[in-house]
Amino acid sequence: MALPLIVFSGFLLALIAAVIAHVARRATGWLLALLPLGIFAYLVRLIPAIADGQTVVTEIVWVPSLKVNLTFNLDGLALLMALLVSGIGALILIYTSGYMRDDPGIGRLDAYLLFFMASMLGLVLSDNLFTLFIFWELTSISSYLLIGFKYRYQTSRDAALQALLVTAGGGLAMLAGFVLLSASADSATISTIINDNLFSSSSSMYGAVLILILLGAFAKSAQFPFHFWLPNAMEAPTPVSAYLHSATMVKAGIYLLARFTPILGGTTAWTTIVVSIGGLTMLLGAYLAWQKRDLKRILAYATISVLGTIVLLLGIGTELAVEAAMVFLLAHALYKGALFMVAGSVDKAAGTRNIDGLGGLLAKMPVTFVAALVAGLSMAGLPPLLGFIAKELEYDALLHEAGAYPVLVIVALVAANALVGVAAGLVVIKPFFGRKPMLKRDPHESPLSMWLGPLLLAALGLLFGLMPALVDDTLIVPATVAVTGATELEHLALWHGLTVPMGLSVLTIGLAVVVYLLRNRLQVMTKRTTSGRFGPAHFYEWSLDWMLRSADKLTLFLQNGNLRVYLNVIIGTAVLLVGSVFLFYTLPDMTLNTDINDVSVIAAGLSGMIIVAAISATLFRSRLAAIAVLGVIGYSIAILFLLFGAPDLAMTQFSVETLTVVVIVLVIWKLPYFENLTKRGDRIKDVVIAVAAGLLMTLFVLVITATPLTSQITPDIVADSYLIAKGRNVVNVILVDFRGVDTFGEITVLSVAGIGVFVLSRLRSEKRRRPDDDG
Amino acid sequence: MELLLAVVIGVLYATGIYMIMRRSIMKLIIGIGLLAHGADLLIFTLGRIESTKPPIIAAGEESITNYADPVPQALILTAIVIGFGVMAFALVLFRETVRVSDTGDVQEMRLSDR
Amino acid sequence: MPSLILKTAARYLLPLLLLFSVFVLLRGHNEPGGGFTGGLVAASAFALYGIAYGVDRARQVIRISNRDLIGIGLLLAAISTLLPLFFRDAFMEGEWLAYPLPAIGKVGTPFLFDLGVYLVVVGVVLTIVFTLAEEQETVEM
Repeated sequence: MALPLIVFSGFLLALIAAVIAHVARRATGWLLALLPLGIFAYLVRLIPAIADGQTVVTEIVWVPSLKVNLTFNLDGLALLMALLVSGIGALILIYTSGYMRDDPGIGRLDAYLLFFMASMLGLVLSDNLFTLFIFWELTSISSYLLIGFKYRYQTSRDAALQALLVTAGGGLAMLAGFVLLSASADSATISTIINDNLFSSSSSMYGAVLILILLGAFAKSAQFPFHFWLPNAMEAPTPVSAYLHSATMVKAGIYLLARFTPILGGTTAWTTIVVSIGGLTMLLGAYLAWQKRDLKRILAYATISVLGTIVLLLGIGTELAVEAAMVFLLAHALYKGALFMVAGSVDKAAGTRNIDGLGGLLAKMPVTFVAALVAGLSMAGLPPLLGFIAKELEYDALLHEAGAYPVLVIVALVAANALVGVAAGLVVIKPFFGRKPMLKRDPHESPLSMWLGPLLLAALGLLFGLMPALVDDTLIVPATVAVTGATELEHLALWHGLTVPMGLSVLTIGLAVVVYLLRNRLQVMTKRTTSGRFGPAHFYEWSLDWMLRSADKLTLFLQNGNLRVYLNVIIGTAVLLVGSVFLFYTLPDMTLNTDINDVSVIAAGLSGMIIVAAISATLFRSRLAAIAVLGVIGYSIAILFLLFGAPDLAMTQFSVETLTVVVIVLVIWKLPYFENLTKRGDRIKDVVIAVAAGLLMTLFVLVITATPLTSQITPDIVADSYLIAKGRNVVNVILVDFRGVDTFGEITVLSVAGIGVFVLSRLRSEKRRRPDDDG
Repeated sequence: MELLLAVVIGVLYATGIYMIMRRSIMKLIIGIGLLAHGADLLIFTLGRIESTKPPIIAAGEESITNYADPVPQALILTAIVIGFGVMAFALVLFRETVRVSDTGDVQEMRLSDR
Repeated sequence: MPSLILKTAARYLLPLLLLFSVFVLLRGHNEPGGGFTGGLVAASAFALYGIAYGVDRARQVIRISNRDLIGIGLLLAAISTLLPLFFRDAFMEGEWLAYPLPAIGKVGTPFLFDLGVYLVVVGVVLTIVFTLAEEQETVEM
């Protein structure tokens, strides 16, 4: 039961986080961080078992008929992700207490962060397709709330909505893919589908499932052409950017790709799509990153590039490539989380995030600088950091591929890595070195809560770089095994000797240095290309705008407020559709019961009276006459009920008919007289529709009564009425016992109608009492 | 028997539908009343008219054979009472609409929506 | 102004009709009748009285506010559905007293439910009729 507890404790704590923040004030972050810290510690304890190839599985049956169950499965891949989510989560909560110090919104922010953490843990631990989807969308929702945290700003709200529409829209595509997958595999449990080989690429559903699931993954992990939401998501408070939009949530798409590699991977379609989209995203992000001026935007575009790289590696899908992807995933989470927090600290201290307005902070913020430097080196892929090992492994994985396309990919990879390196240089060098610009505030070192997180994450990047064995067999290999099922994997090492990857690394760094030094001159050349007016972001805006305007038009067309049009359309459609089915399919093969020998004189007389009364009601010019005729119909029906063995109905109908007439008479003096308002042509058209509808009803009754009632409901109820329900009046027993819930609903409706009459009338007399209404 | 009731139901529906398609709001009210009667009778007839004996178990007996179907009766009973509540609510609502829009013409009322 | 005949009739009919409505309610489980019908009869009796003597006097006779009647009725019905849970039975299962009470007969949760229906019907109908009648009175004055 530990796994559900891990997931749901976060949701519970999120509920009371605001209260805790109110009481604990500045200690809030430290206090709340205890939960993710505890989860982290628990997961660390499980590392040896998981590395040994075991998995932890818990299943809570939820909606078994729909194959929706809370199945949690902790394997190597889930463990790596869960450790990142809980570990970085703890540091972010602590960081937030410094970043949001004395801000009354901190309780809300912490609550959302915990809500996200729980959703993300649920996402990576879910082994059921549908619970995975639910947690997936929960992360989108928490991301929406977090990006829109400063909801007073239009830009925040727009960015939040954009992120939600893109990621949740992708999620819906993914859900469709899951439905197809679970239907053709006849199982919704991911591990079962994998282990029992329930779905293969030869399935006729493979293409649809692949595209739909990839759409979900690409939208979530900001892959081209969905990448545009991520830079806009930087509207969120910086701890959110560090946590969701670099370290964890955007990795959900990557997690999904990795998780479904055993089911969907290895085909030409998979490789082609995933490698090309990943490669494109990688280049695009890197190309845009170094040209931005805002620290967070630089980091955001660099994140897009890295996500693209990881996607590309998963597309290649060899053991080595997946291993490289996992190392890169870990390295990136560590350094990017740290750098985002650094950017937030710089922003808080200096009052700006624009690199042109920053400089010389080294002396003022030495600890923050150390964190930035170490993390930045990892980002640039320099030894001896984990980022370097990841890059070496990427090159190595590609060099093991045969054919022409790996060469292309390597070229792209070198270029992207170099440009990301430039971005790293900008983030590390610009704020801390150079001349001090005029700043509005006097910058000073951040408090412990704000440098602890970045420093710790950066230090881990260094530690794992120096001693890769720490994460090798414990995290990376189990995660890779979970994806590829491989048994033999290359060990991570800092130094491989003078190999080709080493040479590529040197080339990358050299290229980065050159671009960094020439960046101003290069930027003039690139400026024209980046200010395009046509791109996915514009398409998003255009389609959103178009959708809203079309919805407006459609609503005005369908809901035009003209009751007569509605009725004509509804009744006309019903008559045409049902009538044609009756005429062409039902009626030719059946004999209707047109026997009228059993009609008694009284019944015939009453029926005739009803018919005459109803027709005359439409002809009268006096409304009082029409009301009287309505009463006549009601009483006649009551007598019919009595004749046909329904004394309860007769009694009720008599009373209600009397009361209805009383009520109508009480109100009628405030209602207008009958008027003939419709044109003659319209009236004839209405008569045609009404008569057709009436004929249809007559036919309907005859068709249905032509077959005997075979339901067992009535005999059962009658048999149980006295013996079990102790009542002799079966109608009453049905009302108060067999169908009591129904009756309860009905008296509730009745109560609402009564209160409604009261309120509507009272509303009016209140208004009338106002002095300015007099006269 | 069914034929007779089917015709009655058809007439009630036809007249009711004709009346709710009028522009005069007062005719709308009459139309709702006619439709309500038609619907009650419709449910009743769909339960089949096989016996005219009320579904009441005589004292001393434990069950009953050959009876009018009690299930539609129970449905109609609540429908009648709710119909009354709905009719009263509609009346007051219409009255307020007439007062606010200052017209008894349904066609005119939609202009106040815009 | 309501006629003398109506007033006299209303005065004598009120207790008779109320008695009849209770009778209809009580026998409803075994004979035609029940909460809906009984409630309608009782409401008609009060409505008649209200039209004859004015809504204010009718309210004085009833004592309990109409809208309170609706609430009490719904509550009674709701309680009757929940009572079986205390006997470890299912929601809405019928629970019966072992011995029938004099005049009322066998008493169980379905009867309590029917009583709730009765009160709701009385409350709703009177709320509607009295609200509308009061408006008319204020204009006539």
